[in-house]
Amino acid sequence: MFSNIPASHLTRRNFLRFSTFLAIAAPVLEPSALLPGSFRFLTDAEAITILALCERIIPADQDAGAAKAGVVEFIDRKLAGYHKRYQGLYRRGLVCVNQSSHVVFDKTFEALGGTQQDQLLSQMESNHGPGPSWIWSGISPGEFFSVLVEHSMEGFYGGPRHGGNRGAVSWLMLGLPVIPIRSRRPLSAPWFNPAPASAANSPLSHRMGEGRGEGSGVGVGEGWGEGFSVS
Amino acid sequence: MSFKHVNVVVIGSGAGGGIVAKELSEAGLDVVLLERGRWVSPDQERKDDLRNQRTTALGVPFGPDEEKEPRVFVDPNGKEKVVWPADGNYNNNAACVGGGTVSYGAMAWRYMEQDFRMRSIYGTPKGSTLTDWPISYSDLEPFYEKAEWEIGVAGDQSADPFKARRRRALPMPPLPDSNETRILKPAAQKLGWHPFYIPMLRNTIPYNGRPGCMRCRWCCGYACECDAKCGTQNTVIPKAIASGRCELRTRCIAGSILLDSRGQAKGVEYFDSQDRRQVQTADLVVVSGGAIESARLLLNSRSSFFPNGIGNRFDWVGRNLQGHAYSGAFGLFDQNIYDDLGPGAEIAICDFNHGNPGLTGGMMLANEFCRVPYQVASMAPPGVPKWGKAHKDFMRTWFRRSIVIMGPSQEMPVFDSRVQVDPKVRDHWGLPVARLSGMDHPHNIDLCKFASDKAELWLKEAGAIQTVRRQKTQNWLSGGQHQAGTCRMGNDPKTSVVDRHCRVHDINNLFVMDASVHVTNGGFNPVLTIMAIAYYASDHIKRSWSNGTFRAL
Repeated sequence: MFSNIPASHLTRRNFLRFSTFLAIAAPVLEPSALLPGSFRFLTDAEAITILALCERIIPADQDAGAAKAGVVEFIDRKLAGYHKRYQGLYRRGLVCVNQSSHVVFDKTFEALGGTQQDQLLSQMESNHGPGPSWIWSGISPGEFFSVLVEHSMEGFYGGPRHGGNRGAVSWLMLGLPVIPIRSRRPLSAPWFNPAPASAANSPLSHRMGEGRGEGSGVGVGEGWGEGFSVS
Repeated sequence: MSFKHVNVVVIGSGAGGGIVAKELSEAGLDVVLLERGRWVSPDQERKDDLRNQRTTALGVPFGPDEEKEPRVFVDPNGKEKVVWPADGNYNNNAACVGGGTVSYGAMAWRYMEQDFRMRSIYGTPKGSTLTDWPISYSDLEPFYEKAEWEIGVAGDQSADPFKARRRRALPMPPLPDSNETRILKPAAQKLGWHPFYIPMLRNTIPYNGRPGCMRCRWCCGYACECDAKCGTQNTVIPKAIASGRCELRTRCIAGSILLDSRGQAKGVEYFDSQDRRQVQTADLVVVSGGAIESARLLLNSRSSFFPNGIGNRFDWVGRNLQGHAYSGAFGLFDQNIYDDLGPGAEIAICDFNHGNPGLTGGMMLANEFCRVPYQVASMAPPGVPKWGKAHKDFMRTWFRRSIVIMGPSQEMPVFDSRVQVDPKVRDHWGLPVARLSGMDHPHNIDLCKFASDKAELWLKEAGAIQTVRRQKTQNWLSGGQHQAGTCRMGNDPKTSVVDRHCRVHDINNLFVMDASVHVTNGGFNPVLTIMAIAYYASDHIKRSWSNGTFRAL
């Protein structure tokens, strides 16, 4: 059933967490939705909370929701990359969400029912931290909420190359033809060929400047989601 | 390392600079073209819904550098903030070979005759510096045509009775009708309007050795995967290089323009890709960095001749920063509209560019470029939740059944909407950054309301079951991709920065050739006018150049 999980991930510590996670998530999620111990920034516990939050922001119905689309993996990857300025907000915000949940409902957020989860989220949206004010000191519930919604939308509706929108589920939901991205092939136009190094002192030395071999920042390995065939 | 003296150094390789480099190098002048960005191509910067020049959730692929080139933005309440290229308030265009023309939507408008005579038609409203251009449409007409044929424009404006007169048709036909055009065209006609096919700098048939558009949805904001979009990077810049007289240096950050002992330009000081200070001397210096960076470079070029920045004797450099206030509406239909055919924008009207009772100027209205799902996710109308199942339902209902109509309102220039150089904040190279402050004219809001009214009317006539206004309601600084106006062209050195040939007043051999010189910015996307002006001013330089010397005519 979990044959796609490398054995190295099944340490005792991870296995315990994973078991807990499964107990909670199993009714809603496909088992391969989260891979414990695989996150770049989030702890497994944080990932489970985000999973529950995102799944209310974009819930599964007749179509996949945020969890199945890999939104948590997207958020994690970007928190370790382009969105790193939000690391502190997430770390603190997730603690606040669970504290609020404990105080108000005596349960962790991910253990709540959908209605209760929505109730907490709605309060955050209107910038009221649920529960006593000491929980949300130094953090704006509204800001954390809007960042979560924004990043969920990015992860769900954006291109699959960033780790979200796995299998292009949102595009398929909208009936969008999924066109292969062919542009990795080099352009044949002659002016895109960088000048050879030996020409460095020729009159053409700078003609091609830096050439086009510069890294793009959108690196290898950010291709389509696993198991998604580019037809 | 010092470089050989050349005839011309051009700073910036966008719509203006690329053309100048080609025109002058092919005329036999030795040219160095400096570009602060790098070459980009679609195989490096793939079609990315989250990281492109219009949707910047994960950054700007086509520059400028997101860690080295901040700006300072001062909002209308006076609150200032350091901003970075992916922030809206940075008012970014692009920084790469080809500049904004790599990733633009590529609408190729000629301004109308009236757009050059705004004060003559409307007077100068309070709070604005609205005036006439020192040149007319007919001065630019041959150069509009040159841009259309050399860079490559497709479309068909023959059904537009308001267009300026022209001698030659466009070189390429429009694309076949999309669903939106099939719906919007008869609707506009029923309203008594005059819809036509938007002129676009995009091959629709093989042209200039490149293929026609393959109609994908990743267009405005992206580099074209099949190279059908026509920019300076795949037309005039390769020609300039092929002339053997143009040397392009990328990742070069211009710091200041150098003057000789007589107060004439002698070259430019810049930082190369290794952050080394370099000097390139030249007979002529052409600044084509876009309205914000060109103004910044002039202001950062201080000397005993120009203690407040070059060409800034009368405090006009950086003033009158303007762009376009976009407004319109989107409509929901009871049928599928979405056909996944790019570029999306196809059909337009110019019925409301001028002659609107009580209004100064107006705008072209057109259907919008293809929207990717992530963009639509933030367009939920009032009353629709921003999350949860209701939001997902909105996406499923609206994505395939909506049309957006928008238009760029012609802004009235405002003296205090401006680019300065910040007294404290420096970029990676220690150069004072651009500081943007002020806001657009209150009349813009009236224009935007008018644009939304007309867009709603058009959508309803087309059968929309619900319309939602997308209207600018708050005055704010305007610039962005359509940034213009900061080095105004004029005959009077006291109220302008460059003369009618784009030459900086008081300096014989320094030119600005980009949208900075636009006195007003039309109710249209400005790029074809930038190109036409670059051809026009280059033509003047060529005629003034003989036996290796420039003699101002």
